[in-house]
Amino acid sequence: MAIKILTEHINVPGIETFDVYRKQGGYTAVEKALKTLTPESIVEEVKKAGVRGRGGAGFPMGMKWSFLAKPEGVPRYLVCNADESEPGTFKDHYLMKNIPHLLIEGMIISSFALGANKSFIYVRGELMYVIHILEKAIAEAKAKGFLGKNILGSGYDLELVVQPGGGAYICGEETALLESLEGKRGNPRNKPPFPAVKGLYQSPTVVNNVESIATTPWIINNGGEAYAGIGIGRSTGTKLISASGHINKPGVYEIELGVPVEDFIYADEWCGGIRPGHKFKALVAGGSSVPILPANLALTLANGEKRLMSYESLSDGGFATGTMLGSGGFILFDETSCIVRNTWNFSRFYHHESCGQCSPCREGTGWMEKVLHRIEYGHGHQQDIDLLVDVSKKIEGNTICPLGDAAAWPVASAIRHFRDEFQWHIDHPSEATQPGAVYRGEMALV
Amino acid sequence: MTTETNNPSVQFTPERLEKAKEIIARYPEGKQKSALLPLLHVLQEQEGWTSPEGMDYVARMLDIQPIEVYEVASFYTMYHLNPVGKHVIEYCRTGPCCLMGGEEVYAHLKQRLSIDTGQTTVDGQFTLKEVECLAACGMGPVFQIREKYYMHLTNERVDEIIDELSK
Repeated sequence: MAIKILTEHINVPGIETFDVYRKQGGYTAVEKALKTLTPESIVEEVKKAGVRGRGGAGFPMGMKWSFLAKPEGVPRYLVCNADESEPGTFKDHYLMKNIPHLLIEGMIISSFALGANKSFIYVRGELMYVIHILEKAIAEAKAKGFLGKNILGSGYDLELVVQPGGGAYICGEETALLESLEGKRGNPRNKPPFPAVKGLYQSPTVVNNVESIATTPWIINNGGEAYAGIGIGRSTGTKLISASGHINKPGVYEIELGVPVEDFIYADEWCGGIRPGHKFKALVAGGSSVPILPANLALTLANGEKRLMSYESLSDGGFATGTMLGSGGFILFDETSCIVRNTWNFSRFYHHESCGQCSPCREGTGWMEKVLHRIEYGHGHQQDIDLLVDVSKKIEGNTICPLGDAAAWPVASAIRHFRDEFQWHIDHPSEATQPGAVYRGEMALV
Repeated sequence: MTTETNNPSVQFTPERLEKAKEIIARYPEGKQKSALLPLLHVLQEQEGWTSPEGMDYVARMLDIQPIEVYEVASFYTMYHLNPVGKHVIEYCRTGPCCLMGGEEVYAHLKQRLSIDTGQTTVDGQFTLKEVECLAACGMGPVFQIREKYYMHLTNERVDEIIDELSK
């Protein structure tokens, strides 16, 4: 029986309410943390768990916590990043909507560990109905004495604030999120100083993803070592995967890290296979920003072993033959998918969402979108493929924040693995622009 | 855009004024500018759009310069800087929704309403707006009207929704 850390109770009727969540063992971790543990021991448990940030970067959460500066007399803040906006990723939406108290319980434990007395959950503004669900749950928790002054008689005070965003993907980047939370445009800040030293209101701040924070109740109840015993290698614990595209059962699945990619696609408990009568062509494993892989490389490492759903296995081979787990946005493409069109679509997204602060991103994303558009619509030039590669290299690593990389990688990887498809569009413009036209050349379908 | 800061034409209703005060009180002393995005949502909920007069009103409420409000409102996609129809249909045009037939469904939607993206029907009922990923990729194609998500869209379902909202 697969272990469920986040979703064990998610289908219990009424789990969005305090009483039902409590009946399922909810808030026992808060009681344990506030009555029997110290902030330092909680940080140690999270470190032992080895949980890596679930927002996409995969940075160890306990280490991030331990970087927090603790000057006397200065407030510290915990900010939950719930600005989920990456195409292909919808797991935080699922979690907050269905089991809001899990996040609130995690926020209380994490805030206590970090010494924060006011914490924020920054939710993308489009999810206004989720914001109302969270606000209602916070009011319930407060009425039951789990938030506010002197929680459970521990002497610890915490106020939770839900902040709506205004619709900007860039605000998922932690420093842009802080700018937005301060009531400004979401322009990323230069680092250093890192938020752990100067974050919200120039005070020490930790920014963590929803899924990361939601793991803490289980870690407190079961211990960091138990969490580290789940998963594989440095990919400890479970991960929520948002599965979409040409599969039989799109949805959000909690998997133990280390499951073979092939099993995740074909097993009935997860994606249930490719839609009937079709073949597997390509995979985006971790949200639109990670490199796309053709089917054979998605399933198998260069040494012939099965590729696994883990940070290490998905990145095996580097960007030559590998990709990234990212945020767990798993998008599967069958043979009816046009890679050029999809790459243009993603490129349009990054162009639209670039904040415009740095030239390589502002200009480069627009340039890539424009070139991809003309290839897709039958006006490509022979030199366009190399031009795209060149522009993507000039963006990558040359911007204040990772949005530049996120924009460059899908384009570079699509050309790396599907160059013949781009060439076909350029060589056969009248054919390629027919409705539903897809290159059917030398692709390796599975 | 007007910069008239004393225009009294926009004021929150008593209930919204209470809500606004509660929002402003959430932040540490001296950090009330953090209330700007939430207040713009309240403004838009009341007025239907983020009008210049409304932004001036919010600026006065937070004791900040109107330009600070304009520059924020124009950065984020959720604030309608021009009047919109009664129902704003925000459709997700990003990869996963398109993979599930979104492009065809949205073409049908435009045809049904006889408008293109960014336009409002002549009767003022519907405005069409493209949005980036709505974080519902497994349920695509998707669009959102106010706080409600409409998922697994087909041409038939689109017609049903438009018929219902047109009543």
